Amino acid sequence: MNRRKFASTLSLASISAALGAELVFAGQMPKGYLPLGLNDPDPFSLFQKDKDMVVLNEKPWNMEAKAHLLNDRVTPNRFMFIRNNGKIPKNIDISNWKLTIDGESVQQQKSYSLKELQTNFTSYSYQLTLECGGNGRSEFNPPAKGNQWTIGAVSCAKWTGVRLKDVLRDVGIQSDAVYIGYHSADTHLSGDPNKEPISRGVPIAKALEDETLIAYEMNGGPIPLVHGHPLRLVCGGWPASVSGKWLQRISVRNKVHDGAKMGGSSYRIPCEAVAPGSKVKDNDMCIIESMPVKSLITYPKTGALLKKNILQINGHAWAGELQVEKMECSIDFGSTWQVCKLEKPANRLAWQHFAATIAFPKKGYYEVWARATDEHGKSQPMVLPGWNPKGYLNNACHRIAVKVV
Amino acid sequence: MQKRNLITFLSLLLAAVFLTVLFVAVTNSNKIEKEITPLATTIIELDEKTIASSGFVNDTGVSQVIQHCTQCHSSTLVTQNRLSEAGWKATIEWMQETQNLWDLGKNEERIIAYLAKNYGPTKKGRRQPIKGVEWYELD
Repeated sequence: MNRRKFASTLSLASISAALGAELVFAGQMPKGYLPLGLNDPDPFSLFQKDKDMVVLNEKPWNMEAKAHLLNDRVTPNRFMFIRNNGKIPKNIDISNWKLTIDGESVQQQKSYSLKELQTNFTSYSYQLTLECGGNGRSEFNPPAKGNQWTIGAVSCAKWTGVRLKDVLRDVGIQSDAVYIGYHSADTHLSGDPNKEPISRGVPIAKALEDETLIAYEMNGGPIPLVHGHPLRLVCGGWPASVSGKWLQRISVRNKVHDGAKMGGSSYRIPCEAVAPGSKVKDNDMCIIESMPVKSLITYPKTGALLKKNILQINGHAWAGELQVEKMECSIDFGSTWQVCKLEKPANRLAWQHFAATIAFPKKGYYEVWARATDEHGKSQPMVLPGWNPKGYLNNACHRIAVKVV
Repeated sequence: MQKRNLITFLSLLLAAVFLTVLFVAVTNSNKIEKEITPLATTIIELDEKTIASSGFVNDTGVSQVIQHCTQCHSSTLVTQNRLSEAGWKATIEWMQETQNLWDLGKNEERIIAYLAKNYGPTKKGRRQPIKGVEWYELD
């Protein structure tokens, strides 16, 4: 897909025709700039996504699922949310792709080709829950700035790759290593080649976990372009922004990584809780680490009209670094709760499946609410949790509407 | 005599090779052009059709908003948000400090007023009713 090439074959007149409007400031249009109306019109075929996925933003591309689309135990590509901060890299050459490990705290800088990574190290597969830190942002009041995710910025695919800790052992890291930061091939929206759209990372302890992968496969095939082809850092249970796509370089740092979107209000929340709408100084903001406990009812789709008074529901629950210990549902707005059947995770950091049979006492309108509790006894709140400037970490319980008719 | 011809031929060949290399280098460097150029001083009042296709509400200031705000990102990144005047101002400042947004000059006031009026916050409370339910029969 080469849009630039496509654009260069068009005359201004044909661009205007395609837009259905005259390009009134065509003379000022920067060379090589493609009007947004002409962006690849069908992201669903471009990224092999289901037509029911919801596009939040075309530039950069951001797309989310709906709860009922996430019913698979392992999320297939067509239902995986897309979160981009910059532009997707073009012309990826996998035969010359290199991963370089550098930084203040490596004994030596070292690079690996894709083939070297795959042949020199043992490969592992894990189902890993990736949830955008801003999933649920749209509910915050006062509103928080950014893509207005509802509930669909979460997935649990099977990732295959080598352990970051094995690669770091091969490189040799020094005892003063504190953090790792990734660097990727995506490009900045402004077109500035010296600017990274995003360069985040995790503390060294998280980097050395068994499940932290340098992945080259997703769901048994090459990683789709929009999800990081050919190489992606995958750190399950943390905001998905730490799982850097189109991975080219990992820096082992002797301080907290200071790349793009590590500071300010990006992926950070007030260290101490604040009242909704408060201004918070940069110094009083702390980096989000593990995601909170959360769950989704993925069957049935909200809006079911039932002729019987019995309903089977199912869904998934996850708790960042922790396991989910208990799953409950309520049909009376949280007055009483029924325990659901809950499975163990396929592996650490995989979401867990739950199911329940619900009996409704009589005809009428009901809401089914779902509430997960983690192994430390923390449950999902029924209303919005603590407000924060960028609207992260909304883990309020999921609700679906049903009528018994 | 023959030697002299050979020298002339060789120097011409060398010059041709040099020019070709130079041409290729210049052509390639044109390909790495900067994609975004600010249009701070050349705002054009857009027609209704163009405004309608942009996805923005047609109101005073919309031409400034379209021409400044959709060069780097889509209109939906703006229109899905609801911010106060202070919130939009802070967003513009954040883009100027970190994302290469240019000085909006005399257009800034108009842009902020347009955004705060048409994309201002509404009170949502601590939890809204379930919205947009499409009812269907489930067997």
